[in-house]
Amino acid sequence: MSNMIEIRWHGRGGQGAKTASLLLADAAFNTGKYIQGFPEYGPERMGAPITAYNRISDTPIRIHSNIYEPDYVVVVDDTLLESVDVTAGLKEDGAIVINTTKSGDRLKEELKGYKGKIYTIDARKVSMETLGSYFPNTPMLAAIVKVSKIMDEKDFLEDMKGSFKHKFAKKPEVIEGNMKALEMALNEVKEIA
Amino acid sequence: MGIRERLSGNEAAATAMKQINPDVVAAFPITPSTEIPQYFSTFVDNGMVDTEFVAVESEHSAMSACIGAEAAGARAMTATSANGLSLMWEMVYIASGMRLPIVMSLVNRAVSGPLNIHNDHSDAMGVRDAGWIMLFSETNQEAYDNLLMAHRIAENEKVLLPLMVCQDGFITSHSIENIELLEDEKVKEFVGEYHPKHYLLNKKEPIAMGPMDLQAFLFEHKYQQAEAMRNAEQVILEVAKDFEKMTGRKYGLIEEYRLEDAEIAIVCMNSTAGTTKEVVDALREKGIKAGLLKVRVFRPFPVEEIGKALSHLKAVAVLDKADSLNGAGGALYTDVTSAMYLNNNNVPTSSYIYGIGGRDTTTKEIESVFNDLVEDSKKNKIENPFRYVGLRKE
Repeated sequence: MSNMIEIRWHGRGGQGAKTASLLLADAAFNTGKYIQGFPEYGPERMGAPITAYNRISDTPIRIHSNIYEPDYVVVVDDTLLESVDVTAGLKEDGAIVINTTKSGDRLKEELKGYKGKIYTIDARKVSMETLGSYFPNTPMLAAIVKVSKIMDEKDFLEDMKGSFKHKFAKKPEVIEGNMKALEMALNEVKEIA
Repeated sequence: MGIRERLSGNEAAATAMKQINPDVVAAFPITPSTEIPQYFSTFVDNGMVDTEFVAVESEHSAMSACIGAEAAGARAMTATSANGLSLMWEMVYIASGMRLPIVMSLVNRAVSGPLNIHNDHSDAMGVRDAGWIMLFSETNQEAYDNLLMAHRIAENEKVLLPLMVCQDGFITSHSIENIELLEDEKVKEFVGEYHPKHYLLNKKEPIAMGPMDLQAFLFEHKYQQAEAMRNAEQVILEVAKDFEKMTGRKYGLIEEYRLEDAEIAIVCMNSTAGTTKEVVDALREKGIKAGLLKVRVFRPFPVEEIGKALSHLKAVAVLDKADSLNGAGGALYTDVTSAMYLNNNNVPTSSYIYGIGGRDTTTKEIESVFNDLVEDSKKNKIENPFRYVGLRKE
């Protein structure tokens, strides 16, 4: 299906990659899209590599399998680059977004010659500055929205404000920090040359 | 019309249960259906339903509590998966034997061993002869819709059989997808109140339920169960018609997708049907006349409809997500080929075991099955009908 965007998330248990994929599904749903958001469940434990997926489409989604040829890949933890083939099947006219401070040259080497676009963001920096602790999923969510252009950034921020109000109903003090994390991440994500 | 939402399959099932607002829910948590009683218990706690939630200590007790509740005259529901259903097994037969229209959400998972928490249909296939009506659901939407129709079917006087709504563990139970919900009042009106004709708490009619039943009567009672199962076909269709009037969503015993003019077809159940539709469309673009027959109602088995719907084909593949381990293909295959035989239908038909223990089923694999069928359709007789797809052979 030509209008369908497929996204694969790589993270480690506890970092919120699954939550981020569900929040992305939510945000896209709120712009009127058909969505799927699902994790690949394994023997989950803190720190173990996990995979989550999104399909986003203008028409109903019927396919029910994992994603093998994604348009976009999001890597929430760059230590995964050593052990997981994160670009497996990734389309060359797609892109990969990595939470890292590594140099462009080093990344190119670690991605074994992936020819598509590579974007990076220091989600740790964003998270520490805005939230005071390390929650990489919020910045990574903003980063993939920016890179994939699946929705207008303003609409996205507006929608996320609503989601956070709901999600953090019992601790409203963290809403502002999370909104700042999204805004900052939208600016911080950069394509490497 | 309807409420646009996005829910996981488990959320959809729990939402249906909330709107049905049964008298009793008794359940014990087991992956991947755990979330259903988990969400439901929060509805109870928040006062959103009037249900008596019985947090039992095992699945055997969950089904026992449902049996007790239904026998007393209440409407009872439960949810489980795999080994939870195995532990219920004794009571599953007693529920149908006592003609109690209990409704269960079965989130399909591989039965141990070895231990596996992922999806296949071995749990459902283990109770296929237990006298329960069995509906299968391709999506979260169908899991929701099937549950809303469940009580009307099960509680019908001509039926009075328990009913389970199946959906694929994790694949739909844990995937967030779009869904159209109904308003609470509409569900309430559609499902209606439960007024059993005979029940234990009726002071005016003291009765015994589930007593000893020896040579003199058990045979007749089993015949009545079989008759009730045959009656269910018509009732399922009547309820579906009413449901369509309300929602516009049409349900039959089976769903035919581009089958009418197809030359080759796959028969399957649950979420794989969606993936197959995608492949059917892709193959049609290439001029290959592929089609799909999705079995929605597995019990009662729609012998006539399936026999007829497949009669014009040149080759058929039946996909079973559980191996009967009998050396002779899966359970759905056996039922489908039997239905074809009764319809004097001699189309070459193969059994494909697939997706065991959560093995992902891709469009490529479905396409490979259709490719096999293209070859089969050139022959009158196929040599090896007992096949596998997605199996590593090295």
